Amino acid sequence: MKRAGFSTKWLPILLLLPQLLIIAIFFYWPALHAVTSSFYLQDPFGFGQTFVGLENYTHLAASVEYLKVAKFTVLFTVLVTFFSLALALLFAVKADKVLRGAKTYRTLLMWVYAVAPPVAGFIGLLMFNQTWGPLSELFKFFGWDFTLGVNYFDTAFAMTVVSVWKQVPVNFIFFLSGLQSIPRSVREAALLDNRSGTRRFWDITFPLLAPTGFFLLITNITYSLFETFGVIDTINKGEPGNNPMTLVYKVFVDGFRGNDLGGSSAQSVILMILVLALTVFQFRLIERRIHYT
Amino acid sequence: MAQVSLDSVRKIYPNGAEAVTPSSFHIEDGEFVVLVGPSGCGKSTLLRMIAGLEDITEGTLSIGERIVNDVDPADRDIAMVFQNYALYPHMSVRKNIAYGLKNRKTPNDVIAAKVAEASAMLNLDDYLDRKPSQLSGGQRQRVAMGRAIVRDPALFLFDEPLSNLDAKLRNQMRIEIKALQRRLGVTSIYVTHDQVEAMTMADRIIVLNGGRIEQIGTPSEIYHNPASTFVASFMGAPPMNLVAGELSDGILSFAGLDVPMTVDHRGPVTLGLRPEDLFIDAKGPIAMEVDLVEELGAHRLLHGRVDGQQLTVHLAKEITAKSGPLRLSCDPSHLCLFHPDTGKRMDARHKGALQAPLNTTVESDA
Repeated sequence: MKRAGFSTKWLPILLLLPQLLIIAIFFYWPALHAVTSSFYLQDPFGFGQTFVGLENYTHLAASVEYLKVAKFTVLFTVLVTFFSLALALLFAVKADKVLRGAKTYRTLLMWVYAVAPPVAGFIGLLMFNQTWGPLSELFKFFGWDFTLGVNYFDTAFAMTVVSVWKQVPVNFIFFLSGLQSIPRSVREAALLDNRSGTRRFWDITFPLLAPTGFFLLITNITYSLFETFGVIDTINKGEPGNNPMTLVYKVFVDGFRGNDLGGSSAQSVILMILVLALTVFQFRLIERRIHYT
Repeated sequence: MAQVSLDSVRKIYPNGAEAVTPSSFHIEDGEFVVLVGPSGCGKSTLLRMIAGLEDITEGTLSIGERIVNDVDPADRDIAMVFQNYALYPHMSVRKNIAYGLKNRKTPNDVIAAKVAEASAMLNLDDYLDRKPSQLSGGQRQRVAMGRAIVRDPALFLFDEPLSNLDAKLRNQMRIEIKALQRRLGVTSIYVTHDQVEAMTMADRIIVLNGGRIEQIGTPSEIYHNPASTFVASFMGAPPMNLVAGELSDGILSFAGLDVPMTVDHRGPVTLGLRPEDLFIDAKGPIAMEVDLVEELGAHRLLHGRVDGQQLTVHLAKEITAKSGPLRLSCDPSHLCLFHPDTGKRMDARHKGALQAPLNTTVESDA
């Protein structure tokens, strides 16, 4: 490890200051605000607030609907993260082996990354449209009457598919560059040591991809929890009704549609604690088993 | 342990480039063969074809009694040491060495015994639980060797294994590898661009140039009887002097030197003279203008011109010389003649001694 030295201790602080200010203003201040307002009941029209202690939290704990949304979020996050990573890894391993037309193949796969989440959601709406969506028609052919926005399961299915589709390209890029940074001679040595391609993948390639994989695991969980907002909003058309939604989307719906800022803040705080716990868990348990070169 | 045979093995890459022209050779059981040549000569491609890392376009390759053209690399009963060691970075030294055995369903106690044996042989006992990144270059090289020897393969392949090491370590590892190969008696093919490695390690050398085999022979044959001007100039440091001479009536003339030769050819030829076959002689026939004296401790090298052509002379350490004019004589028994156009060796030997009687007393201040 190289260490660069500064002659005074003020210069590094000065250089960090803009970033620290941005973090403080846009992250810590709202977070603190959320914590304080979670103890208050806000007047919907902004005329005042009443201190209610932990009532917002106890209310949430007793809420059947909140539990349902939480369950869906966990399932949704696990599915989106797993399929985004698994598909991207599969594509990357295949793309790595392609010799002819490799660039075209990679460009086509990366393209989707440039699509904004609401646009991705909108494309999902078109694909899964009840009456003329190509995918709905395909499902109909197999006897599945797909009703987006009406059937809870169908809507959740569409959300998951679009979210995965949206996330695969970025994972693909990372996995592919990770694969290509594995020295050719190491793979060739493995070729001499082990006849089975599958075993070689799990013994050599996969452990060497683990740093990339760990990084992507964290970013993908974050993506599934937070950044799928645009996709969910578009597919729900802003009218959640009986449709599936994630915790983040519920924060938005309760806070800005339901005007229950206190309850919504309490949900944000729970979410913050959840993410914090998850990150600590990941670094403690998974990272120590990863070999960084 | 096994013999290796290549029969018209050829490599053409998909882009049409012919990396290796049809090449045939046979390697005896236990032999240490070095493939040497400049970069791009096809030596690594040839080795990689033997390893199974490259497809063979044409011809047959057999290891032992088996034709292995279409055999998986892992099933060819070979082990390879790579230039950058190619150790598995996430595995300890012990696991690196054992990995090839584990996949061959070797019992655990056998693996442990073999790893212990190899690590003792290679002085790796203290490092077995370290990761490759915690080792020095020489130690990594040893691990790569260990990974190869525990497998008890029929054939060792070495792809420039020493070129990432510094000069001192390279000399040491050179001796270690050679000694290890002698001890284990495993047939080995070693690729290098370093002619010193080739000369010192090989039982037989195969010199490659432009995807073609220029010559196959023992180090001594290659050095003293090069088959072409390419081999003459590639092998040996300093290389053989190659100068233009003239043949007429069986007499070779070059700068006052007249040597009767057993050859009918007339006209210009390329004359090859090893620097150590030239010596200072006050009454010698060759007049040289010395430009530079290279002091190497154990010996000296004189660089200069004879008839406008570059010439290098090797001097023993007790003989001194300085820049300026100098007269030389030469031992004609080691003269080589090459065709001036093709560079191929001509079948020609000198007849008797020089016409003028040689004055063998050496004068240091000539």
